[in-house]
Amino acid sequence: MNWHGILAIYRYEMARFFRTIIQGFISPVLSTSLYFVVFGTAIGSRIDQVEGVSYAAFIVPGLIMLSVMTQGISNASFGIYFPKFIGTIYELLSAPLNFIEIVIGYVGAAATKALFVGLVILGTASLFVDLQIAHPLAMVAFLLLTCLSFALFGFIIGIWAGNFEQLQLIPLLVITPLVFLGGAFYSISMLPEIWQKISYFNPVVYLISGFRWAFFDTADMPVGLSLLAIGGFTLLCLVIIGVIFRTGYRIKP
Amino acid sequence: MSAIVEIEGLTKTYDDGYQALKPLTLSIEEGEILALLGPNGAGKTTLISLLCGLVSPSGGTARVGGHDIIHDYRAARRLIGLVPQEIALEPFQKVWASVRFTRGLFGLPRDDAKLETILRRLSLWEKRASETKALSGGMKRRVLIAKALAHEPRVLFLDEPTAGVDVELRRDMWEIVADLKAQGVTIILTTHYIEEAEAIADRIGVINRGELLLVEQKDALMRRMGRKSLTIELRQPVDALPEALAAYDLSLSQDRSRVTYFYDTQGESTGITRLLQALSDAGLHLADLETRQSSLEEIFVGLVEAEEEGAA
Ligand SMILES: Nc1ncnc2c1ncn2[C@@H]1O[C@H](COP(=O)(O)OP(=O)(O)OP(=O)(O)O)[C@@H](O)[C@H]1O
Ligand SMILES: [Mg+2]
Repeated sequence: MNWHGILAIYRYEMARFFRTIIQGFISPVLSTSLYFVVFGTAIGSRIDQVEGVSYAAFIVPGLIMLSVMTQGISNASFGIYFPKFIGTIYELLSAPLNFIEIVIGYVGAAATKALFVGLVILGTASLFVDLQIAHPLAMVAFLLLTCLSFALFGFIIGIWAGNFEQLQLIPLLVITPLVFLGGAFYSISMLPEIWQKISYFNPVVYLISGFRWAFFDTADMPVGLSLLAIGGFTLLCLVIIGVIFRTGYRIKP
Repeated sequence: MSAIVEIEGLTKTYDDGYQALKPLTLSIEEGEILALLGPNGAGKTTLISLLCGLVSPSGGTARVGGHDIIHDYRAARRLIGLVPQEIALEPFQKVWASVRFTRGLFGLPRDDAKLETILRRLSLWEKRASETKALSGGMKRRVLIAKALAHEPRVLFLDEPTAGVDVELRRDMWEIVADLKAQGVTIILTTHYIEEAEAIADRIGVINRGELLLVEQKDALMRRMGRKSLTIELRQPVDALPEALAAYDLSLSQDRSRVTYFYDTQGESTGITRLLQALSDAGLHLADLETRQSSLEEIFVGLVEAEEEGAA
């Protein structure tokens, strides 16, 4: 293993993050506070409880997931797209690094940043509502796995993207709807039956449900299924990245 | 000397079906400076990219320091430094961080003293805290060189290192190359400036349409293919050359006071003696004589043209 190489990439990626740390800290704090004002207080005051939890508390896991997913994707996709765009990717390709090492560097950094944002939101939320975490270990595991798998997914998008529009396309067109329809702000059981059935095909439903179970011990889906979904998604991303590097897809003519 | 780069039948056909490099076999000696010449699109960058891992070969093999560039890529790449043709730098990164990053990528532990030596040699030390976007074009190119040297490579590829660089910086670059050679680094460079190859290379390769037309020691090449010219300065200008001299390949200068004669050093006889005799018979008096070796540029243009005609 080329540990110095992995560390070089990781540090480089984190350096960009630290340059904008204030912004990286303030924006999740601000958006979380806004969510609480709008959903927690204004709308939440009209909704009693969802599955035995106050609405304001109920949306916390979904809120964290939403941010962690989009952060993981955007950080990792930009991280690898940028060197491709400005041409500095030649350095990565000519260095004695294998694809696993490159992925660990970029995805590791993107996942770290996503985790940071997730924790900031959790911290901010705990100022607004009284949060009990029923299964802390499972909560951490779900959070880490989500950071990791969506950073992997973002890495794929970054390799695939040929321009900046494409870079934003997938997060905008696919992820945001999946998350909003994935029960981030409601329970699947609140939907009409037909939409409940459709929701079973949305992988994000399993993630949010599992994460929420870790907090409140109630879930739309069996927890095992949630773990399976996130594990399967991670594996799929890894396989795709493996194929990308074996064939040199979009990086090596 | 032993070969440090051994290329056997290496070839590249891009996805669009264009064969940018025909099967190429070449061995490069440790410590030499090899200059690759060739018109735009000849395949120079393709060859370098194949050896450095930026492009996957369509066939053939290559070894660097005895390590196969595919199967033993880690060992091979550790020996290689690359300065690409296009300037590519992260705009917001500082020079120092950028050079350190490259050293890390190549798996080496941090060594500030080493990097300081490199930056000082390239006159970049004062700029170490500057963001790369704030540097001039020439300085950016030096940063690329510093990065390529950060892991102390044994083989350095310089893809048009002096494109768009002023005369002073070019001379400077040549000195740097000479320095590296003195340290035993093998250097492969591409250039469009023939005087550059003439000034610094030990061996010269000419590529055209993906084909290596020749590789030869510079001196031997110049001797073999070089035509010489003899310029004769006349005491008195003449209106026209006498009829008696029509058999010679002569040209008269604008001011009609100098006659230039082209001859082949490899020929049976140069014809100089007979020409001088003929001049004196025609009543022309000589003031001075000068001989000149034709430049690599003339050789190169001649070669590529000959091949172009052959292909047409
Ligand atoms: N990624 C690519 N896909 C398809 N064709 C390519 C690719 N890269 C290079 N080529 C083609 O291969 C040929 C050789 O290109 P190459 O860059 O190796 O030339 P070069 O000798 O370095 O030229 P120059 O002196 O202009 O830098 C050109 O015809 C070019 O268009
Ligand atoms: Mg080129």
